[in-house]
Amino acid sequence: MSILLSEDFTFIVQGITGREAVNLTRECLDYGSKVVGGVTPGRRGREVHGVPVFDTVAQAVENHGSAIDGSVVTVPPAFTKDAVFEAIENGIGLVVVVTERIPRRDVAQMVELASERGARIIGPNCLGVIAPGVGKMGGIGGPARDAAKAYAPGPVGVMSRSGGMTTEISSSLTAAGLGVSTAVSIGGDAIIGSTYAELMPLFEADEGTKAIVIYTEPGGRMEAELVDWRSEHDSRLPIVAFMAGKFMDDEEMQGMSFGHAGTIVEGAEDSATQKIARLEQAGIPVVERIDEIPGAVKEKLGAGAGA
Amino acid sequence: MRFYEFESRRIVERAGIPVTDYGFCTSAEEARSIAERIDGPTVVKSQVLTGGRMKAGGVKFADTPAEAAVHAEQILALEISGHMPVGVLVDPRAEVEQEYYAAVLWDGRAKRPMMLFSDMGGIDIEEVAEKHPDHVGRGHLSNLHPISDFQAKQVVAEAGGLTGRELTRATPILTRLAQLQRDFDLTLAEINPLARLADGSFVALDAHMEMEDEAVGRHRSMLAEIGVELDEPRELYEPSEFERNVKAIDEADHRGVIQGKDHGFEGNLGLVIGAGGGSLTLTDAVRSQGGKPANYAEIGGNPSVSKSKGLAMEVLKKEGVEKIAVMMSIVSNTRVDIVARGVIKACLELGKDPAETITVFRIPGAWEEEGAKILDKYGIEFKDRSTSMWEAAGEAVERIRGDG
Repeated sequence: MSILLSEDFTFIVQGITGREAVNLTRECLDYGSKVVGGVTPGRRGREVHGVPVFDTVAQAVENHGSAIDGSVVTVPPAFTKDAVFEAIENGIGLVVVVTERIPRRDVAQMVELASERGARIIGPNCLGVIAPGVGKMGGIGGPARDAAKAYAPGPVGVMSRSGGMTTEISSSLTAAGLGVSTAVSIGGDAIIGSTYAELMPLFEADEGTKAIVIYTEPGGRMEAELVDWRSEHDSRLPIVAFMAGKFMDDEEMQGMSFGHAGTIVEGAEDSATQKIARLEQAGIPVVERIDEIPGAVKEKLGAGAGA
Repeated sequence: MRFYEFESRRIVERAGIPVTDYGFCTSAEEARSIAERIDGPTVVKSQVLTGGRMKAGGVKFADTPAEAAVHAEQILALEISGHMPVGVLVDPRAEVEQEYYAAVLWDGRAKRPMMLFSDMGGIDIEEVAEKHPDHVGRGHLSNLHPISDFQAKQVVAEAGGLTGRELTRATPILTRLAQLQRDFDLTLAEINPLARLADGSFVALDAHMEMEDEAVGRHRSMLAEIGVELDEPRELYEPSEFERNVKAIDEADHRGVIQGKDHGFEGNLGLVIGAGGGSLTLTDAVRSQGGKPANYAEIGGNPSVSKSKGLAMEVLKKEGVEKIAVMMSIVSNTRVDIVARGVIKACLELGKDPAETITVFRIPGAWEEEGAKILDKYGIEFKDRSTSMWEAAGEAVERIRGDG
C-alpha cells in the first residue's frame, strides 16, 4: 500500500529536455511509472525515451485525452513558479518540485495557489516520492535497479528533509527486513509544500503503513507542527525520528546554514537541542545513531502488536 | 544578504516611510558638515554588519559639529567583533515621545509573511511578546492577493489598543513595510524603533533589512539605486583560505558541487563527505564518537575526478590534518569510482600513501563495484551500505586515535 502514488498514476515532467530530467524520466519509466508527457517550451514534437514533448501543459493533457495526475518540475529557479502555476491551472493535483534555490516568496505563492485549487506540492529542493513496487516520481533512489535494492515494500512511511538520507534510511529499513510503504523526500527549504504534519493524514489513512520514520534538521518549526498534530489527532502511527546537524548548535556556528537552505536557525526553538527535547517530550524517540532506526521501529511495531 | 543601517534607511525611505535627516559618510570632515547641516545635537553610529555597536563604543552622542567629527574619527577606526565599519551614519538626535516596533517577516509554519507591531519599541521584541503579549499585534498576509491598509490597521489596533492619530499614522507605515517585504524578497523588514516625535509625526529611527540571497539577482536596479555593489562580501565572517580555495575549485568546473567550511572547526580529522543531509549526519557521528573534524564538506551531484581531488587536497593541506575520512550517504548521482579516483590522486600528488591517509572510504551506490576495484589496488577497503554511517565515522575516529 502507498500514499500519493498508485499503479495507474500518470505524470508529466516539466523541463523534460534538461540533462537531469532526461535521466529521471528514464529511471521512472524503468521503475514502471507512467510518464505520459513532457514539457519544454519550443521543443514540441520531440521525444525523450519515447515520451512525447510539448510546448504547454495544456497540450500534454489534450494529447493524453484525460486529466493527468502529477508533474515533476525541474526547470531553472527563475521559471519554476510559472511552471508550477501552469501545472496547477491545468488540473494537475500533485506537483513535485525538484528545483533548488527558489526564492521563498515564489515558493509561498505556489503553495498558496495549490491550496486554493486543492492541489498538493512536494518540495522544492527534493528528490520526489517512491512507493516501492508501485512507482516513483522523481530522481529518488536513482536508477530503477538501485531503487529496487534500497526500497522493498513494507510497513514504514518515511519523510525526510534530505533526499539522499531518504534512500539511506529506507535502505537500512529494507536490510532489516522491514521495508517501506512510501518514502517522501519533502525538501530542504525553509518553506515547503508538504510538511510532516501535512502528510500524516495520508499515512494515517493508508492501511499498509504501520509506523513512520522522520529525518530532520535544525531550522524551521516543522517538528513542533508534527507534535501539535499528534496531540490533536488520535494517531495510530508510532513515529521514530533522527536529527542531523547537532553540531550546528555550537556557539561558532550561529547564523550559519549547512546542508540545506532550510537549516538556517532563526530562533532558539529552531535549534537541534530544542527540537529533540520537544519530540522526545511528545513520545517520539529521537535516536542518536542513524543505524538505530530499524531497531527502534521494530520495538514500536512490536509494542503495537502486543497492545 | 544583510544591509547596513544606512542602506536599510534608504530602502524604507524609497518606500515612502519617513526617516530622519540622516547622512552617511566615510570621513570625519564629512561627518562635521552633515552635523552642520543638521544644526543640532547628533548621534554618530558605526556602520557594521554586527550587533552590539552601543556596547563596543560604536554609537556616540555629539552636541556640536566638531564633536561629531571627533567621534566619527574614532568610530571609523574602531573594529567591532572583527568587523571594520564601512562608514558612519550621522543622525539628528530626535525628541522622541514614544517608541514603537514594526516588522514583517516570514512565518515558515504558516508559509506566509507575518506583520508584527508593538507600542513597546526600542527593546527586544521576543521579550515584549513573552512578558506583554497584549502589546504585540500580529497578522498574516497572503502571498497572492493585494496587501490592503485594513490588514495593517488590524495589527496596529491589536497592539496595546492603539487608536486616534497614533493608529491612523502608524497604519500606512506598516502597510508600506509589508509591501516592501513582498516587493524585494526581504526575509526581515524591521523598523525598531519607529518613533513618534513631539509634533506627532512618525519616523523610522533605525531599520534592519535582510534580502533573501536567492532573490538578489532580480533586484539589481533597486540595489544599484541605493548604492549596493553586488560583489561586496557580506559574509558573517571573513572566509578562510580553505573556504576560498574550495569555492574557487568548485566554480572552475560546472560538474557537480563541492563545498567546504572550516569556521569553528579545529580538529585533526579531515572530512571529505557528502551530500547535504549525509554531511550533517556524518559530522555529528564523528563528533559524538570523540572525533575532532578539521572541517565540514559537501559533495553533491556528479563532480569530476579533478574536483573531488581538489576538495581532498585542500582538506589535506589544512594545518594539523594528516588523515581524511571519505564518506557519503548512499549515492545515486555521484559516482563512487570518480570520488575514489579523486581522493587517491590527491594523496599521491601530496606524496602521501593513500592506504595510510584514507582512514575509511564509505560511499555506497552508483558505480560502487568499479570504485571498490580502484580502492583495492591501493590497499584501501571499500565499505558498502552494510557498514552504517555511524560505524564508518567510528572507524575513522578509531584509526586516527590509534596513531595518536
